[in-house]
Amino acid sequence: MQIVSVTDILTILPTIFLVVWACLLLLMDAFGGALGKRLTPWLTVLGLLVAFGLTLRAAGVEQSAFNGLLEVDGFSNAINLLALGTGLFGVAVAYEYLKRFNLARGEYYILMLFSLSGVMLMGAAADLIVVFLAIELLSIPLYIMAAIAQRDTRSEEAGLKYFLLGAFAGGFLLYGVALVYGATASTRLAEIFAAAQAGVANPIFLLLGVALILIGFAFKVAAAPFHMWTPDVYEGAPTPVTAFMAVAAKVGGFAALLRVFIVAFPTLGPDLVPVLTGIVAATLIIGNVAAIAQRNIKRLFAYSSISHAGFILMAFVPYAQDAVHRDTVAAALFYLVAFGLTSFGSWAVVMMLERAEGRGLELSDYAGLGRKYPALALAMLVFMLSFAGVPPTLGFAGKFFLLRAVLQGGYVGLAVLGVLTSLVSAYYYLRVVIVMYFQEGKPQVEGSRLLNWTTALTAIGTVALFFVMQPLFDWTASALLRLF
Amino acid sequence: MNFLLEPLNLVTFFPLVGVLLLLFIKKDSAARWISLVTALITFGISIWMLTLFNQSDGGLQMEINLHWFSFAGWDIRYALAVDGLSILLVLLTTFLTPIAILSTWHAVEERVREFQIFFLLLEVGMLGVFLAQDLFLFYVFWEFTLVPMYFLIGIWGGEQRMYAAIKFFLYTMAGSILMLLAILWLGIEQGSFHVPTLISLGGIPADIQIWLFLAFAAAFAIKVPMWPLHSWLPDAHVQAPTAGSVILAGVLLKMGTYGFLRFNIPLFPQAARELAPLMAFLAVVGILYGAAVSFSQTDVKKLVAYSSISHLGFVVLGLFALNEQGIQGAILQMVNHGISTGALFLIVGFIYERRHTRALDKFGGLWTVMPVYAVLTLIVSLSSMGLPGLNGFVGEFTILLGAWGAATGVLGSYWYAALAALGVILAAIYMLFMFQKMFLGPVTNKKNEGLPDLSRRELLTLIPLLVFIFWIGLYPKPFFGLMSASVEQLVQLVNVLP
Repeated sequence: MQIVSVTDILTILPTIFLVVWACLLLLMDAFGGALGKRLTPWLTVLGLLVAFGLTLRAAGVEQSAFNGLLEVDGFSNAINLLALGTGLFGVAVAYEYLKRFNLARGEYYILMLFSLSGVMLMGAAADLIVVFLAIELLSIPLYIMAAIAQRDTRSEEAGLKYFLLGAFAGGFLLYGVALVYGATASTRLAEIFAAAQAGVANPIFLLLGVALILIGFAFKVAAAPFHMWTPDVYEGAPTPVTAFMAVAAKVGGFAALLRVFIVAFPTLGPDLVPVLTGIVAATLIIGNVAAIAQRNIKRLFAYSSISHAGFILMAFVPYAQDAVHRDTVAAALFYLVAFGLTSFGSWAVVMMLERAEGRGLELSDYAGLGRKYPALALAMLVFMLSFAGVPPTLGFAGKFFLLRAVLQGGYVGLAVLGVLTSLVSAYYYLRVVIVMYFQEGKPQVEGSRLLNWTTALTAIGTVALFFVMQPLFDWTASALLRLF
Repeated sequence: MNFLLEPLNLVTFFPLVGVLLLLFIKKDSAARWISLVTALITFGISIWMLTLFNQSDGGLQMEINLHWFSFAGWDIRYALAVDGLSILLVLLTTFLTPIAILSTWHAVEERVREFQIFFLLLEVGMLGVFLAQDLFLFYVFWEFTLVPMYFLIGIWGGEQRMYAAIKFFLYTMAGSILMLLAILWLGIEQGSFHVPTLISLGGIPADIQIWLFLAFAAAFAIKVPMWPLHSWLPDAHVQAPTAGSVILAGVLLKMGTYGFLRFNIPLFPQAARELAPLMAFLAVVGILYGAAVSFSQTDVKKLVAYSSISHLGFVVLGLFALNEQGIQGAILQMVNHGISTGALFLIVGFIYERRHTRALDKFGGLWTVMPVYAVLTLIVSLSSMGLPGLNGFVGEFTILLGAWGAATGVLGSYWYAALAALGVILAAIYMLFMFQKMFLGPVTNKKNEGLPDLSRRELLTLIPLLVFIFWIGLYPKPFFGLMSASVEQLVQLVNVLP
């Protein structure tokens, strides 16, 4: 058996390229002097674009690589594109902010590239060990990034907290993998599925292992009751890190969740429904209710991002139904696009209002924004409406199609809970609008070119794409998971 | 280009031209004119649409039916059309909008440009609601109307505006999200969102029809609002600026009654028949409750707001008589209420601009001070309470006939009509009571001496409404003529279909 062939490398070329590129940039950053440091962000963008192009070129390819450890298909391609898009926005929101707060370091962008290659691997991982490695590749750079504002205790605390809880979650995941291996004698998704279907797997160990794996993923996507780290880490980490991690970790987490469960564990669907329902209900309720009480905008968005994870998970509950899982995947990808755009946009606005030492992050700092900065406030309004699921925004369409999958699966009660908690979320999103438009104040805004562009682009995208959704749908429809 | 020149596209989206212009205009006076002219042109376009309308055809007309997008087997369409059920409401919208804009000339002095932008956006949303024939599209317009109205109340409203604005938004959204689930159910089980297709498909089991009916009804009943879901209305009305109240009462509430007419009745005919007594019961309670509460108000605007609950109770009663008279009366009464209550809110606005109070006990004897104002108020009040010869009478009387006729049919009892008739008498009591307190007797409050009578601009806002108050009251035939073919078709449908 050949261990690595050229075909293998070519099959996952975008990911390999990104990793190699990141290593080269690391060397350049270390030995390239001042010029090298200045070039790092731009070369990062270049690398992302090249990887983007490589992924587009591979559209339609369905192939497994490395003896079935990795699976390249429509789904992994879609995740690649999502991850690379996240990276581009991640650089755009970070560049000026890091300079403004004296955090500009080359390794920031390089860590980001490593993290993104982790996300991409999660989309393609067809073996539980690879899933674990990919999650660590995604997470470890994020821990460092969260703590990158050294000597700022909040940032250090965020990094440490994220690291400890992340390691904890990694432990759960690994233990789950071990149990599944014990039950099925394999870590390959396809073989696990075959063993479970043939009934040769020990059902108790299998179920226990799957539950632990689920917990590991729930940590990553910040689903309750494993969400505790989110508000503190989101608040303490430098804002561009928060913006990046909010999207990247979700994309990676859901990518692995969808592939692992739909491919390997469809037979366990009925057993998992009560567990999943409980997690979804808790996530939706805790995320939305706790958000009401927040006065700090970063914490507010942290809880809101928990609730969005709950919404996507809601469509995941019927994952084992053959008629539904394809729509679940499509709706989840669509929602991740909507969430990603809206999320980056709103974080860009937050960064423009943020000032040194964590000032400018209270809700009251947004008073009067509607009057003094009408364009900025309008963009923020769009983001809030999209988060709350009010048309005409992508956020509304995303919720619409997630709800469809839930109803198709026959979970009417869950759908009702979903819309009711959306109603709660409308309350706190509207509170941001109230403060911006109905209250007087003197907001201080530090606009800069890239942040302005990001805000404008995401706001326009959030609304305009709603009217021309067909390409997005075609894209999600092409994101097929290869099943066995 | 042809797409844009379709009459229904043009009428729905023309206000956006004004919005675009307003983005580049900084001067307040120019902003007002642009907005007014835009609204007038939109009204002109709607008249053009009326000339193209064939009233002997009961089906959908001027249809636009284009593919919007498809997703996993769903074909979502951009479908607009007009028929006898909606044409009067479209005209009401385009007619009231310029009047409401004219009323803001001096009432809105701050952030004029933004105000006008939101107002025109609101018009787009409302027209879309009345014309959309695809449930997804309908829902988009329906929810979208919340946003501009939210700002109109929240920025330009009274003291409690933030509370009222958020209450308005959340209350209405609470109903719509249940409707959203019902829409999704229809999409999954029937495979279509196109309303005419859904109607012709039919065949939804009776017990599921009831659930779907209730989910749609939740959205519409809150919007109307029907008792006991009305508590957002007084807050929203009292806090909203005059123009906002005019549109809120005049058009937005009709979106609820129109929803019953367009969706609940034809999509779920069996449930409509079964639940008609329940709906009629709630309507009658609303009629009596609204009237009783109006009577005890000391704030004129609140009084008018509560009277809306009573008047719209008549509309719902007429709709769920499920016969031609009831539904025709209900549609006409929607228009009547838009005109009369719109006029009443303007009237309240006029006095509020002069005195900055709306408390009934601050007034008295205004007849001697402002005779023109007094006479016009009297006419509008009489129209609102249903005096024969004025518009309110025609609508309410037809509704009562319908409800009476349905007593041997779906409603099963004469009590609904009888108690509703009592509501007409109560309306006379509270309206006359209000009139008496404001206008009759000696001038008790020194501040009211020397108030200027109505200006030419103010007259200009009221007179078009008065024209229709008399026109509909004396010669309603052309109005009935516009709707009768469609209503006939609907009634046949609802009584034949399972």
